[in-house]
Amino acid sequence: MKYIGKKVITLIMTLFLVSVAAFIAFQVIPGDVVTSILGTEATPEREAQLREELGLDRPAPERYLNWVSGVLSGDLGVSYRYSKSMNEMMPVAELIADKLPVTLYLAAYSLILIIVISIPLGVFWARCKNPAPNVLLNILSQGAMAVPSFFLGILITYLFGIVFHCFTPGGYVSYRDDLSGFFGYLLFPAISIAIPKIAMTARFLRNSMLLELSSDYVRTARSKGCTNRRVMYRHVLRNAFMPVITFLGMIIAETIAGSIVIEQVFGLPGVGRLLISSISTRDFPVVEILVLYITAVVIVVYCLVDILYRMIDPRISDK
Amino acid sequence: MKLKNCMKKTNQRKKRNWYLTAGLFMTGLILFLAILGVFWTPYDTTAMSAGEKFAAPSFRHLFGTDNFGRDIFSRVMQGIGTTAFISSLVVLCAGGAGICIGAVTGYFGGFLDEAIMRITDAVNGFPSILLTLVIVSVLGGGIRNLILSLSIVFMPSFIRIVRSEFIKFRDADYIVRARLMGTGTVRILFIHILPNIFSTFLVSVTIGLNNAILAESGMSYLGIGVQPPTASLGKMLSDAQGYLTSAPWYALAPGLTIVWIVLGFSLLSEGIRSRAQ
Repeated sequence: MKYIGKKVITLIMTLFLVSVAAFIAFQVIPGDVVTSILGTEATPEREAQLREELGLDRPAPERYLNWVSGVLSGDLGVSYRYSKSMNEMMPVAELIADKLPVTLYLAAYSLILIIVISIPLGVFWARCKNPAPNVLLNILSQGAMAVPSFFLGILITYLFGIVFHCFTPGGYVSYRDDLSGFFGYLLFPAISIAIPKIAMTARFLRNSMLLELSSDYVRTARSKGCTNRRVMYRHVLRNAFMPVITFLGMIIAETIAGSIVIEQVFGLPGVGRLLISSISTRDFPVVEILVLYITAVVIVVYCLVDILYRMIDPRISDK
Repeated sequence: MKLKNCMKKTNQRKKRNWYLTAGLFMTGLILFLAILGVFWTPYDTTAMSAGEKFAAPSFRHLFGTDNFGRDIFSRVMQGIGTTAFISSLVVLCAGGAGICIGAVTGYFGGFLDEAIMRITDAVNGFPSILLTLVIVSVLGGGIRNLILSLSIVFMPSFIRIVRSEFIKFRDADYIVRARLMGTGTVRILFIHILPNIFSTFLVSVTIGLNNAILAESGMSYLGIGVQPPTASLGKMLSDAQGYLTSAPWYALAPGLTIVWIVLGFSLLSEGIRSRAQ
């Protein structure tokens, strides 16, 4: 309990530091926001008015507080690039709202694929004594780890989309219109994210299990008459799984980051695509918020993994 | 019996290190193409020819031609050069800084070590794509900023490796003796300890190169890294995506090249590791 409390306090501190860092980083960017919105031809009065509207005439600490309290209460500021109508600016919250679920579904989908496939594969790989499947798995996993996810996405689009007609490339259906169609389309991006990660996780689990297999308790369990299966699943897997949990935390973070690229490949209207387009159009309020969100998710995931790790393994106690 | 065992062992040691051989061959070929591409390419990389749009791979155009009728093989050669240039500079900057910082923090320890370790932990745990995106969006695009931001992103992993190796050696007998003899700290760090970590560092350099190549092509694919007209493998992939139905070879050529490079370097690192053991 005490540990969880400590973790949560560290979490909040980290989030605070990250928000300050994000705020400062986007303050020091060269170029004036107002000129970039209005162009160089605007009158000084109009410039001053916009500056006041955006709160840019205030000192930096005050702007930071306004920004953070806005983020906490759901008011995320306005986009510099997108506008709702001629005179109304687009709130960032509205811009993000329907894009966030796409990315979250995609990340969750690929994570499920990774866990469901890589764990049995890793166990099978560790058990397999024949050289032939061993070598095959080795080659396959080396290959899968060498393929960058965006190229894998293109290959999958070509193979399943154009050659086998399993799905229409670019034919994204919104989750609001057709949920099953949405998940059907999302399967292929999810596979593209998952394959390299499956290879990594299975390899990691296999190495971890092989390491455990040489320890004394395995010999003891065998000599008291445990079946091979029981030794594998009850004894070895439990111990070997501990480092894998930490590794999976990393994989989750990578999956979220990986979806940024994969969204671009499959034309998914998610957070990642918004981030990329906002970066190239220098739409900083949007970038700032997205970076903060994604970072927060990653930090929270790491924190949860740490807590989970201790709940599963009672040997790690407060010291 | 004993003799037989010994013989067996020596024989085992003489067994070919296939990882190393394959890795050296694959990376050597790439390096050759990259260097050759600086001086000579089969065709001009920017020469367009309207009559030869989307020509399929043939002896005339080894990898076919793209939507402007440009020879893809020549462009891939140039793209390898760009990628090799960027990623080796990134590894040079990140590795060099990693050696200096890691050596000092590992050898001396203390508060500075603790503080730098916390920072590297934070950066290391963070997905590298996201961090690069943030830094690039703050600094702006272009090759120079891409190299700078990738160096920042990759530095922590080098610091960690160098640091842990220096910790291993700092209390070794011969170091203590060198210190007693009055050897200067800089000499101890770089002449006495540094050569010992060579093979470990080489492995992390090959892994770093791999990650740098993946990151560079990813960024260029997203349109944030290398800008046209410079050919880069990632940018070619994103251009090729629109013509997947009519010219699949356009996407396959740069993509498979990236896979080839990455596979080559990971085999090389595996080979160096098993040789060092």
